[in-house]
Amino acid sequence: MELVFAAAIAILAGSGVWLVLRPRTFQVLMGLTLLSYAVNLFIFGMGRLQTGRAPIIAGEAADPALYADPVPQALVLTAIVIGFGTTALLLVLLLALRALTGTDHVDGRDA
Amino acid sequence: MNALLEQLVALPIVIPLLAGAAMLLTTEPQRGTRIALSMLSSAIQLAVALVLLYLTSDAAPFIWQDGIGVYSLGGWPAPFGIVLVADRLSAVMLTLQAVLGFAVLTYSIARWDRPGQPFHSLLQFLSMGVNGAFLTGDLFNLFVFVEVLLAASYGLALRGVGGTRVGTGLHYLVVNIMASLMFLIGVSMIYGVAGTLNMADLASRFMGLAPHERTLFDTGAAILGIAFLVKAGTWPLNFWLPGTYSAAVAPVGAAFAMLTKVGVYALMRVGTLMSEDEAAASMLGLMMFYFGLATLLTGTIGMLASHHLARLVSYSLVVSTGILLAALGLGLESLTAPVLFYLIVSALTAGTFFMLTGMTDRTRSVPSAAMPAEQPLPESPFYTAFGVREPDPYGTDDDVGVAIPRAIVFLGLAFVSCVLLVTGLPPLPGFIAKFALLSTAIATAPAAGLGPAAWTLAAAVLVSGFVGVVALTRAGIRLFWTVTARTTPRLRVLEAAPVAFLVALCIVLGTAASPIMRYLDHAATSLHEPRDYIRNVLAARDGGAP
Repeated sequence: MELVFAAAIAILAGSGVWLVLRPRTFQVLMGLTLLSYAVNLFIFGMGRLQTGRAPIIAGEAADPALYADPVPQALVLTAIVIGFGTTALLLVLLLALRALTGTDHVDGRDA
Repeated sequence: MNALLEQLVALPIVIPLLAGAAMLLTTEPQRGTRIALSMLSSAIQLAVALVLLYLTSDAAPFIWQDGIGVYSLGGWPAPFGIVLVADRLSAVMLTLQAVLGFAVLTYSIARWDRPGQPFHSLLQFLSMGVNGAFLTGDLFNLFVFVEVLLAASYGLALRGVGGTRVGTGLHYLVVNIMASLMFLIGVSMIYGVAGTLNMADLASRFMGLAPHERTLFDTGAAILGIAFLVKAGTWPLNFWLPGTYSAAVAPVGAAFAMLTKVGVYALMRVGTLMSEDEAAASMLGLMMFYFGLATLLTGTIGMLASHHLARLVSYSLVVSTGILLAALGLGLESLTAPVLFYLIVSALTAGTFFMLTGMTDRTRSVPSAAMPAEQPLPESPFYTAFGVREPDPYGTDDDVGVAIPRAIVFLGLAFVSCVLLVTGLPPLPGFIAKFALLSTAIATAPAAGLGPAAWTLAAAVLVSGFVGVVALTRAGIRLFWTVTARTTPRLRVLEAAPVAFLVALCIVLGTAASPIMRYLDHAATSLHEPRDYIRNVLAARDGGAP
């Protein structure tokens, strides 16, 4: 499981970085989206990979070792919401830039 | 009494949030309501900041232990819940933001807040994010507040229309998303190793980590440091800064003067909390000194190369970041107080200067030959986006309002004051700040074996000051003395007053430098003695009274 998980993060991050370095705005947008997927998975992984364990501790004297770490899951949720919002704004900007300059180059003009 | 005072710590975040949210309910014509709400909110923020300044000082040791106020959100005790912590450094930064925010608000009422109903809300949310970043005692919460201020700043940077503004806004957005992703990676690595995100808990815990965990922890801290350095505008991560800041409208540029300081603050806060051994090397180390010098150099060259005044001011902001980082990079405790003084002066100066550019830009009735590439805008251009043609709302000078006479005299005086402040010439406090910084560095660095570094810093700061004088003199001559084809702008009191107020405040800072330095000295001492901070934050967990 660890190997698959790590490979997924690596592939997402690698493709994301490559796309962010491309000159077209849509490629940059897709790159940032992939990168944020990679980062979200990474945060999730920092809570250790476990299966079949609940994150919410029930009862007073429950053994924490039997439960998954809830904090990274909460962090991931926050990160997803923020990432979603900024991506939406970026999409609007991308369209505005296209409309104002007539090109989809990130600098607003084709070199 | 104490429980009531603790609520004060949350107010700088709650007040702008409520005000900004309430303003979203107003309709476009209800501009008066929005202005009244913004004014009220800014006034309360300023009052709260001043009270916190008093409570954290030595004048009131009986109220808060060690002058540190802790507010647990939702009543959850420290390592589990999120805490807001007000100590001297936070109080100073909050006051700075409140003063600058008030000036920016007053200035923007003149005409910059029209059209568009969200302007005042965005300004309030920006305040909320900045205040929150200064107060929070939790790493992930710091990320959230940085995102809040960034989200507001995206909206503000895009005020007005035009291809340049949207283009630079896009760069700003992409760079900051990348920085936020780095921030997340760093934070989650630190959590994965240390198992906590509370800064105080982290500081007390990271010493006990096993060596292989320490490597991961240091890597996480270094990645986090990169995110902070992007916010601060460090070379080579600052190429977005001059473009975005100079393309934004004047009051927005002034409000953004505080954003780079958030990055510097975060470096100082997190760096000093972990300064009990070399882990801080990834935050505040000699590497940062070199990067600071490189930033200083790029900023200086940029100042010399730019024709447009707003661009010049943006580069002067880069220079001030460079000086701050280089001075912090020396890692001398005695330098922290002068660094803070310089930070205050440079934030106020950059804010004033950005507001001034909004007024001097109007003296140019026709595009000047000296800047053909940067000023191709016709008198009142139209922009087309989404099939809607709209005029540039800031292109004309026909607004109503009280005009002040002798506008050009006022502009000239304000310009000279700003130049003196930016370049650090006497008698204004820019000089005092740089003098305190350099004399302290030269006096104390040789004992730590950093003599050559301190002299290099002194030489770099002085040369960049001189180059700044050259660049700004050139800009001043072009603005004020080449009189052909220039119109005398009509200035409104609302625009001139904040500029005059900030310049006057800087002069007061200069004359009252000694008590302020004493306060900042205490702030520096408590910053470098994180034990008090840790003890107070974790008091609830460790049982009863601290």
